[in-house]
Amino acid sequence: MGIADWIEIGRMDELGRMDTPVHRIDARAKALVTLAFIAVVMSFPRREVSALTPFLLYPVVLLSLGRIPARHILKKILMAAPFALVIGIFNPMMDRQPVAAIGSFVVTSGWISFVSILFRFVLTVGAALALVACTGMNRLGAGLGQLGVPRVFVVQLLFLYRYLFVVADEGGKMMRSVELRSDGKRSLRFRAYGSLIGHLLLRSMDRAERVYRAMVARGFDGEIRVLQRSSFRWTDWNFVCGWLVFFIVARGWNLADGMGHCLARILP
Amino acid sequence: MSHHLVEVRDLFFAYPDGTEALKGVSFRIGHGAAVALVGANGAGKSTLLLHLNGYLSTPRGEVRIGDTSVTRETAAQTRRAVGMVFQHPDDQLFMPTVGEDVAFGPLNAGLPPEQVERRVAAALERVGMTHVRGRPPYRLSAGEKRAVAIATVLAMAPDILVMDEPSANLDPRARRRLIELLLSFEHTRIIATHDLELVVEVCSRVIVLDDGKVVADGPARELLDDEALMLAHGLERPHRLRHLHPH
Amino acid sequence: MHVADALISPAVGGTLWVVSGGLIAFCARKVKQTLQDNLVPMMGVLGAFIFAAQMINFSIPGTGSSGHLGGGLILTVLLGPYAALLVISSVLTVQAFFFADGGLLALGCNIFNLGFFPAFVAYPLIYRTIVKGQYGTSRAWVGAIIAAVAGLQLGAFSVVLETKASGISGLPFGTFVLMMLPIHLAIGVVEGLATAAVVSFVAKARPEALLTTPASGASVSLRPVLIGLAIAAVAIGGVASWFASTHPDGLEWSMAKVSGKEELESPGAGIHESLAKVQAKTAFLPDYGFKSTEAETVPSEHTATGPEAWPTVSAGTSLSGIVGGLMTLALACLIGIVLKARSIQRVHGNG
Repeated sequence: MGIADWIEIGRMDELGRMDTPVHRIDARAKALVTLAFIAVVMSFPRREVSALTPFLLYPVVLLSLGRIPARHILKKILMAAPFALVIGIFNPMMDRQPVAAIGSFVVTSGWISFVSILFRFVLTVGAALALVACTGMNRLGAGLGQLGVPRVFVVQLLFLYRYLFVVADEGGKMMRSVELRSDGKRSLRFRAYGSLIGHLLLRSMDRAERVYRAMVARGFDGEIRVLQRSSFRWTDWNFVCGWLVFFIVARGWNLADGMGHCLARILP
Repeated sequence: MSHHLVEVRDLFFAYPDGTEALKGVSFRIGHGAAVALVGANGAGKSTLLLHLNGYLSTPRGEVRIGDTSVTRETAAQTRRAVGMVFQHPDDQLFMPTVGEDVAFGPLNAGLPPEQVERRVAAALERVGMTHVRGRPPYRLSAGEKRAVAIATVLAMAPDILVMDEPSANLDPRARRRLIELLLSFEHTRIIATHDLELVVEVCSRVIVLDDGKVVADGPARELLDDEALMLAHGLERPHRLRHLHPH
Repeated sequence: MHVADALISPAVGGTLWVVSGGLIAFCARKVKQTLQDNLVPMMGVLGAFIFAAQMINFSIPGTGSSGHLGGGLILTVLLGPYAALLVISSVLTVQAFFFADGGLLALGCNIFNLGFFPAFVAYPLIYRTIVKGQYGTSRAWVGAIIAAVAGLQLGAFSVVLETKASGISGLPFGTFVLMMLPIHLAIGVVEGLATAAVVSFVAKARPEALLTTPASGASVSLRPVLIGLAIAAVAIGGVASWFASTHPDGLEWSMAKVSGKEELESPGAGIHESLAKVQAKTAFLPDYGFKSTEAETVPSEHTATGPEAWPTVSAGTSLSGIVGGLMTLALACLIGIVLKARSIQRVHGNG
């Protein structure tokens, strides 16, 4: 993680606070549908590829209607891809059972499952990013709280998010002064490391104490109270039911295959 | 009138590591007064302020707000009467949005939702920050954060406002807005600050602290104009007064 | 070491979600019971601290690479196991949401792998036992390294188990283990060093911040540890027996390697068995594209290797799958573009 990643969080945060029809859908609805999406996508057998393709519709629709720039999300997917690639690449190596041939290239079952892994990766990661980009951390946190996630944890998420930028800023300033005094090297010597991180830690703890002081000054007694709770409207119900039906249909029948067949019948 | 009375009697306080921060502080502040607490760094200003809402307490000496002595049991009640604004706004704006931060106090006081809503709207209106209600605090400028921090305290409808370095880090325009706001309040105002120019404009009375003791307590103009006094306690005469009384 | 969604089956992911969810609920309750309400801001700010700290590297002499703090162990030293687990979970959650580190289905796995082991195994059983509260001494260094290594090894091993149990990756168990464990041994040493460096600084600058031998609120009951170990034992047993019965090809491969045979020629028995398995699977799953061949065209002419016939595949079916797949992708993208253009238009139109 580097400075560039902080700018990324900042941008995701901005995107999450936009106001579009998708953003207005209840956070709980989007969260549940996204989880269902991921579960359904991952429930396909190892070597399935074509049946997965219709599922691209969900993240794409969310991102388009939510006016999220696609390249932003694609960049993140690419950055996260290496792990899946490294593990997945063993499939073609291990599973050499031939399945088809394109010209002189023999497509083995291993390659198919590899493509499947990659495709699943894009789908699941894309859906998760779409969820956050179209909802924003604050609404998502509140929604999770309403879904029953323990209040202590939701508060923790929101506080963490709130102070992320602040502490990162402090860390960044410390690093800048290190860079200025060490020929631009960004890696610390070990002795300096313990001291720098230690200082950052102490400052963080002092900050936590000051926040606590401010909370107490405004009557904090251990309980974080919420002003309003959102409720499901009919658009939210439509959203949930519509997508769930689509997932069930697309899981039960290979829509891509079907479309291929129709095409084969139409064309001579 | 009695609610607004702030009285400190013979306050002594030492930190757990032994540092003696307050060595016998006494004063009395009446209804609606605007009092400045000035002194060099380490004089004990912040420590003193933290006693006014019961965050710190000590067996040696007494703090009274209105008719009530500030103790652990009466702390909750005290905090509704005494609104405290701290030095760094980032430490006081910890909720996801401005609106929720301003609502934090009234909600903790157990007020019903409609009343909380009214308080929030009124407080934001008062400081001119209604337009940022839905924004997260880290998306505000320093001046906006300061104004919102004040709003979070106003929403609790306190009688007494205590502020620690309110004009720190503000650009001239934001600082001017702050001064105008402070002048418009009718609450009792106790302001700990290094900004002596602000003191001249806003406060009628000054308490000078040095090494944990009150070394001077009187009309602002008089004390601030006393060059010897100022220099003796790590301060100096504000420019404003130098222009008026060129020596 | 974050596990990715793409490699986890819903069954495994769901199970670990239940486990992690239970852990979080349990720790949330414990934290509430401590009545230390100043933990609320402390946990939040320390979570942010961990994020920032992961950004800052120190150079490892002699290797030309650099390392950084992961944070699980030091959080436990500062906050105790219950609060630490909540903080680690929150950090992982934000990482999953914003960096696609792992993904949502695998989040349960990641919370367990990266949170449970440092907080409930490495710290109470190893770190605390070795260091015994003497944070400023060399004991603290030894304890940190051993605890960090142990925690990460357990976590890495869990990753292997979870991935294998999901059956999506074809990577054989042995290879996977050989890949993961040594790498995470090195990472563990780095983590231990980083943790110890910070602890020794804090021990000098502000010793009261570090946990002394357990106060009532921070004492760890053995129950979560035992539950975790029991789950691990069941998982290992389950995976082992599953392996013995259904995936001999993984073991075959390792054996072939050991006996020096060339990779391409896997033992005939191995292919045969996996073919049989594939056919069994295709018969089982009706939506498996290959099965709809009966009405379709001639089996492919491209028979290649030996007597083992192709599975019931025909070029025609695969082709329809491929074409259909490509078309669907194109259609999805087109829909996306149209929707986006329309929604932008709507905004400008109303503006």
